[in-house]
Amino acid sequence: MADQLTIRETAAPAAGVRVPSVNIYAPQWRNFVFVAPFLFFFTTLLIFPLFWGMWLSVHKADTFSTGRFVGLDNYVRLFHDKVFLQSVWNTFYFVLLTVPTLALIGLFLALCLNRRTRTAAVLRTLFFSSSVLSVTIVTLIWRIVYIPNVGLLSTIYGWFGATAPAFISDPSLAMIGIAIATIWWCIGLPMMLFLSALQQIPQDIYEAAALDNANRWQTLRSITLPSIKRTFILVIIIQIVLQFQLFGQAWLMTRGGPNNLTKPIVLYIYETAFRRWDLGMGAAASEILFVLILIAAMAQYLVTRNKGDQA
Amino acid sequence: MTANIEIRNVSKQFGAMTVLDDLSLSIKAREFVVFLGPSGCGKSTLLRMIAGLETVDGGEIAINGERIDHLPPGKRGIAMVFQSYALYPHMTVRDNMAFGLDNIGVARDVVDARIAEAARILEMPHLLERKPGQLSGGQRQRVAIGRAIVKEPKAFLFDEPLSNLDAALRTRTRIELAQLHQRLQSTMIFVTHDQVEAMTLADRIVVMNNRRIEQIGSPMEIYERPATKFVAGFVGAPAMNFVDVAIDRSGEVITVTFANSTVIATDIASNQVVDGAHTFGVRSEDVRIAPTGQGNVNGKVDVLERLGERTLVYTRLSDGQIVVASDAGNSRVAVGDTVGLAFDGRKSHLFNETGRAWHARRA
Repeated sequence: MADQLTIRETAAPAAGVRVPSVNIYAPQWRNFVFVAPFLFFFTTLLIFPLFWGMWLSVHKADTFSTGRFVGLDNYVRLFHDKVFLQSVWNTFYFVLLTVPTLALIGLFLALCLNRRTRTAAVLRTLFFSSSVLSVTIVTLIWRIVYIPNVGLLSTIYGWFGATAPAFISDPSLAMIGIAIATIWWCIGLPMMLFLSALQQIPQDIYEAAALDNANRWQTLRSITLPSIKRTFILVIIIQIVLQFQLFGQAWLMTRGGPNNLTKPIVLYIYETAFRRWDLGMGAAASEILFVLILIAAMAQYLVTRNKGDQA
Repeated sequence: MTANIEIRNVSKQFGAMTVLDDLSLSIKAREFVVFLGPSGCGKSTLLRMIAGLETVDGGEIAINGERIDHLPPGKRGIAMVFQSYALYPHMTVRDNMAFGLDNIGVARDVVDARIAEAARILEMPHLLERKPGQLSGGQRQRVAIGRAIVKEPKAFLFDEPLSNLDAALRTRTRIELAQLHQRLQSTMIFVTHDQVEAMTLADRIVVMNNRRIEQIGSPMEIYERPATKFVAGFVGAPAMNFVDVAIDRSGEVITVTFANSTVIATDIASNQVVDGAHTFGVRSEDVRIAPTGQGNVNGKVDVLERLGERTLVYTRLSDGQIVVASDAGNSRVAVGDTVGLAFDGRKSHLFNETGRAWHARRA
């Protein structure tokens, strides 16, 4: 009796119209409401300025007007501006100094600190702690380090009767000085990314390698490094994007000097757009920076792209 | 190449917890030994200690008379197949197999020859250039075994290698492992919690429980003459039936008395058995279904498991104890029936409260 009752109950709707089964993955448009605030700000603060910047870069624009259409005139002026070309070179030089160093030191620290000891935990915190500082604090600390005669560096060199290199004023060392401060500031993120990647490697393949007679170097080269290849690419791309945007350190430590040798593109953009009020040219320089970052990151991705390598 | 493995008074602690306690075991060359036991009994730890993946806190391990417990894993001359296969994901199958040989500088042509031979044995020459991510679970399993074979080790260690395979593949791989053992004539140690794997593969089974060895013996010895109540309950599906009884040792053989006063004569010699509370043990195939009132006791059928060639009848006695009987595949018994249960006293076992076992006299 109970069985018959159940059958009738479940069979009843089927006799009339077929009730569609519920697809739990079907989109529920009311959920759009939750995304809407983000989309609003994403559009108004990112998408719109992106296109507005492109529009500005082909116009003669200053603070008071967005003047007339000038075509590629702003770009032509840029490429005739030696200061701009110098800033492009400076930026590339800075990226070249910082990105590989950040990736390698980050990897080295992660390899050293990937263990479950209290010392490793303390050191991980210590190395990451510089990342939470603002650029103002970082540059202040490093200016104190670099200050001639009384700075930390001079003091240490003084103990050995030597003269410290003039990292801020020497034209050949100024960018290296900024790069050192930047590496100190930014090392936390690559280290943490590498640490998380290292911790994702299954322990048993290390055990298999131990049974396969692999020594430390063979294990690092054949097991660890290939396993974190994707993270390595990620770190490189993130750092390229970040370091191309060098501004604060250069502005606060050297003001772009000496002789524009530490002036990066962003500082050039700032000076052009907001000090000389040539918004059109500033926008054009921004577009070039945008394209440079895009190319660098894409090139990195394409060169090291995973060729059918599956986990 | 094969190996005698000698494990002497081995102990292992993880912090304050002892996982293996003064354990000794001797494995003969060319023997297939299975470590069988429930999760957490220490069987995998013991295997990993032989492999060198865990340190030995006490005692020693020797292969062919030479102490190896101080050697790193790669220097012990053993190969291991992991439960998760532990293949190197970024290397091709060929590179996975060659890695261990390259590390010790084996000549290229020797490496190639060994890989070709292993691939032929395992029927996987077409997989050599693929990466593990492009293989099915069963194929990965073969590669893991292949990686062990090419090293031509003194002993193979298997850590639950079949547990990630589906039922059909598990059965097939089990047979292939048995064939591989016959072909290679190597010492093999296999860890499992699956008694079917243990019974079908092993020359000898080492039943482990709670930090120690409960029994070492051939599969049929373990099945027919379990050393302890734990072994009797753990090996065999369904588990052995246990019924609390009173015993009478006045005769030459023990007679047991059930709660309903039924008396059954066993074939267990009285002079061996000590006093105390006892449990009567009998396997389901030694319990026959009889018409109501014609067996030793009556039971009410709770559950039927029809396995095809036989039917397992789960019955509940009047005092609530469960007894499983094995009936014909086309058994007419239905759930709710009251049936008689006839025990074969000659094949019964007796256990005391410490778990010690007594069996029927040997024929």
